[in-house]
Amino acid sequence: MNADVVIIGSGISGASIAYNLALRGLKNIVVIDKSYPTSGSTGRCGAGVRQQWGTKGNCIMAKHSIEFFETAQKTLDYHEDIEFKQEGYLILATTIEEEKEFAENILLQNSLNIPARQLTKEEALAIVPHLNPDAFISATFCPTDGHLNPFKMTDAYYQAAKKQGVLFRFFEEVTAIERYNGKIQAVITQCDRYDTSVVVNAAGGFAREIAEMVGVDLPVYPENHEILVTEPVAKMQGPMVMSFSKNIYCQQVPHGSFLMGRTTPGQPSNHDIGSSWQFLDEMAKTVCDILPKIGELRVIRQWGGSYAVSPDHQPIISSVKQQAGFYLACGFSGHGFMFAPMTGILLSEIMLDLPPTLDVSEYDLDRFTQNQKIVKEKSVV
Amino acid sequence: MNKKDIILCRCEDVSLADVERLLHEGYHTYEEIKRQLRVGMGPCQGQICGDLIRREIARYLKENIESIPTHKTRPLTIGVKIKSIKDGADHER
Ligand SMILES: Cc1cc2nc3c(=O)[nH]c(=O)nc-3n(C[C@H](O)[C@H](O)[C@H](O)COP(=O)(O)OP(=O)(O)OC[C@H]3O[C@@H](n4cnc5c(N)ncnc54)[C@H](O)[C@@H]3O)c2cc1C
Repeated sequence: MNADVVIIGSGISGASIAYNLALRGLKNIVVIDKSYPTSGSTGRCGAGVRQQWGTKGNCIMAKHSIEFFETAQKTLDYHEDIEFKQEGYLILATTIEEEKEFAENILLQNSLNIPARQLTKEEALAIVPHLNPDAFISATFCPTDGHLNPFKMTDAYYQAAKKQGVLFRFFEEVTAIERYNGKIQAVITQCDRYDTSVVVNAAGGFAREIAEMVGVDLPVYPENHEILVTEPVAKMQGPMVMSFSKNIYCQQVPHGSFLMGRTTPGQPSNHDIGSSWQFLDEMAKTVCDILPKIGELRVIRQWGGSYAVSPDHQPIISSVKQQAGFYLACGFSGHGFMFAPMTGILLSEIMLDLPPTLDVSEYDLDRFTQNQKIVKEKSVV
Repeated sequence: MNKKDIILCRCEDVSLADVERLLHEGYHTYEEIKRQLRVGMGPCQGQICGDLIRREIARYLKENIESIPTHKTRPLTIGVKIKSIKDGADHER
């Protein structure tokens, strides 16, 4: 069959791109995914959304995306609740160095109109009383950060795109991209062939393999990150609590469960998304140190998912000089869910040659090839 | 009996009517239905609703229940207090 554009991957990135392309008038859009909706990182993520970043590129993506989330249900005309909870992120500083780094981050964030501020220990304890006062020295807080239901948010984009005429193909794996004289001709799956000259790579942890199909060496590396969920309990915590130095994020979602995760140091780059007892042990120790009361809750389930990591932990939203018609939306590392609204807007503008809403040079693939010094995001778990 | 009163998932109070609505909307695997309705995400982890929902999917698609994939099972097998895990880990050392 024929397509004006084929989007590979129907996580939140692919769904947002499809919706935004259709909204801007593009017809004949096909989205192909090898599994069920949100089977990739999107359905495995913590789904936190925050603007407290250390690099300008990440701050801006997050700020504009959160503005979209605030009205997303209406904008996308979604019939269900996307469960947007905006009760902030409380980020703990545990050392003097970290406190200094956070002071700089706050300056950057405030310069971009992000309403984050530094808090004393007492102020932090007033917001989350069950914090262990001996586990941190101060904190930063941004009240407009928050959380959404990743399944509902992605479904909202998916439904809205379908209403615009986008065709979705699930359980179909892209196995090759055909080229002739350097031009893209078709996308091949195990059961079909899509004649097209335009392809979007939104394949998450598999973005590198998709790029290889057109001979492009993409610096995006999948890494397993584990997470767990507890039984639901009555509301006891408003904001997400996070610490980079102690390696934890922990949030109570509106449904009542706590979601928490941390990075297992030294993870190799591969497609493993399994669960380990080592994670469970370390996670339990860390959360009992910082939020002792939560130790009383039962763990119901744990799982893993890929961070598709780029060299500077900032996304790649870009055309590709060496391959006409090939576009990238990948390398989101641990924060592609919260950027999805802007991912869709920016990439559709790039593809349709429209004036960009934001300066997109920060997200261009060329930043890694031009030998320029990359500014790495440090505010990550 | 009203389909709204037939409960398939006790943890999340999901009825047969809810599941049938999603089947009609095109969500045809347990994994898809789970992500919309939270079936299988509660304390019993799909022990109750797993086969019941597979049977409804099979009925809807007019297939044998054997051909409907089971839900993904994950650790833990039973809810365990975080503090007990920490105490256990401390004890190992
Ligand atoms: C444990 C964990 C916690 C996280 N927490 C957060 C958080 O709090 N906030 C946040 O913003 N982000 C978070 N993230 C990151 C976030 O999940 C991702 O950045 C985001 O979901 C990426 O979305 P995507 O659509 O780009 O990729 P994905 O959701 O991975 O989608 C890619 C899709 O491509 C498909 N695909 C791959 N190869 C092929 C092929 N050959 N043919 C067809 N289809 C193919 C896959 O099936 C998949 O559905 C977290 C991630 C993990 C693992």
